Amino acid sequence: MLHLPPRFVRPEGVHPPLDFPDYRTTALRRPAQPLTLIPQRLGELSGPVFGEDRVQDGDADLTLANGGEAAGQRIIVHGRVLDSDGKPVPHTLVEVWQANAAGRYRHVNDSWPAPLDPYFNGVGRCVTDAQGEYRFTTVKPGAYPWRNHHNAWRPAHIHFSLFGTAFTQRLVTQMYFPDDPLFFQDPIYNSVPAEARHRMVSVFDYDATVDNWALGFRFDIVLRGREATPFENEEDDDE
Amino acid sequence: MSDFAPRYPVTPGDQSTATFGPTPSQTVGPYWKIGLDWGTDGENVVPADTPGRITVRITVLDGHREPMADAMLETWQADTDGRYGAPGFRGFARSAADETGTAVVHTVKPGSGDGQAPHLLVGIFARGTLDRLYTRMYFPEDLAEHATDPVLTALPESQRAKLVADKTGDGYEWTVYVQDLDPNGVETPFFSI
Repeated sequence: MLHLPPRFVRPEGVHPPLDFPDYRTTALRRPAQPLTLIPQRLGELSGPVFGEDRVQDGDADLTLANGGEAAGQRIIVHGRVLDSDGKPVPHTLVEVWQANAAGRYRHVNDSWPAPLDPYFNGVGRCVTDAQGEYRFTTVKPGAYPWRNHHNAWRPAHIHFSLFGTAFTQRLVTQMYFPDDPLFFQDPIYNSVPAEARHRMVSVFDYDATVDNWALGFRFDIVLRGREATPFENEEDDDE
Repeated sequence: MSDFAPRYPVTPGDQSTATFGPTPSQTVGPYWKIGLDWGTDGENVVPADTPGRITVRITVLDGHREPMADAMLETWQADTDGRYGAPGFRGFARSAADETGTAVVHTVKPGSGDGQAPHLLVGIFARGTLDRLYTRMYFPEDLAEHATDPVLTALPESQRAKLVADKTGDGYEWTVYVQDLDPNGVETPFFSI
């Protein structure tokens, strides 16, 4: 008899469609045939575990690199990784990358005329603590132009990559900043159903702002949770 | 294209005013290597001196059969005994596609278990994909097990062979066709889980 752990809840009305013509690159990179719904088996219900072994001292501070200090508005980005039951996801790897304060990525294919910062690489890693909390120090990324449409600009964002505890929970997303004036013309942000869009927008967090040092933003990340089982209750939930 | 400029209604708000629920997926974009490139370590599910080590080459092509040269592939699999997450076996690869759209995974062939034929779970991330593309790769010598595999049998019979790799001298190779407008064409089956 096969005993499978509880399945993950299928998110409805959360993720963007693969076919979103306003984001032109989707045209040839989205399946044309419908996805097939499959059962979640052991492979879907398990996943790799990455933790401190993938993180080195200093990886959570993006402002110190190559022997100097990055230019730009210094910010603290912090929050919790949760599943959709509201339970923290502890000891899970969080990987981030972003443009510098001028909106330029340290990447061979990014050639728009904004300066690279010799003291900013734009990559960070950390592991959530026992309460699912993570924290990065970085600089606020700049907006940058792209060629999707006439006078197209990406709103400022930080890319986030999360594993959770199962291959099914894997998530790559982008964190945005509150009240960004560029949302109105960005198809990537607006590809998400309206109901879920604001979940990608961080909250200005005065309590996390450090006097004479850095502004604070809070960004909680919610991964798919497991379906309730008839056996689950508050009492046996204290792992 | 020059006049194309989408406009969307914007409602003010942030996480503090949003309903609670899963965070939406967004594309990894063109610059994912800054944050996610694990180099050769990513490709090595097992070390080079592992007995029975195989090399799996997965090529990803777009709707014009052009290589998706900036794609990131991730695989997850059971160990040779069919166990997921067994101690000492990472089971996971993260590989960058090259200019031919091909990503390499050095691993061992998974065993069967859980009533399933041996397979790799495959996630594809790229610029132009707003959410992970999820599929599976099976092995050509396991045809008898394919007939009862719960995922393969969820597909029409004509689709199943598209998930089966070809044998090579040192492992396997498999081509993922991300898009074919013809329902009877070559598009690889992708899954919703």
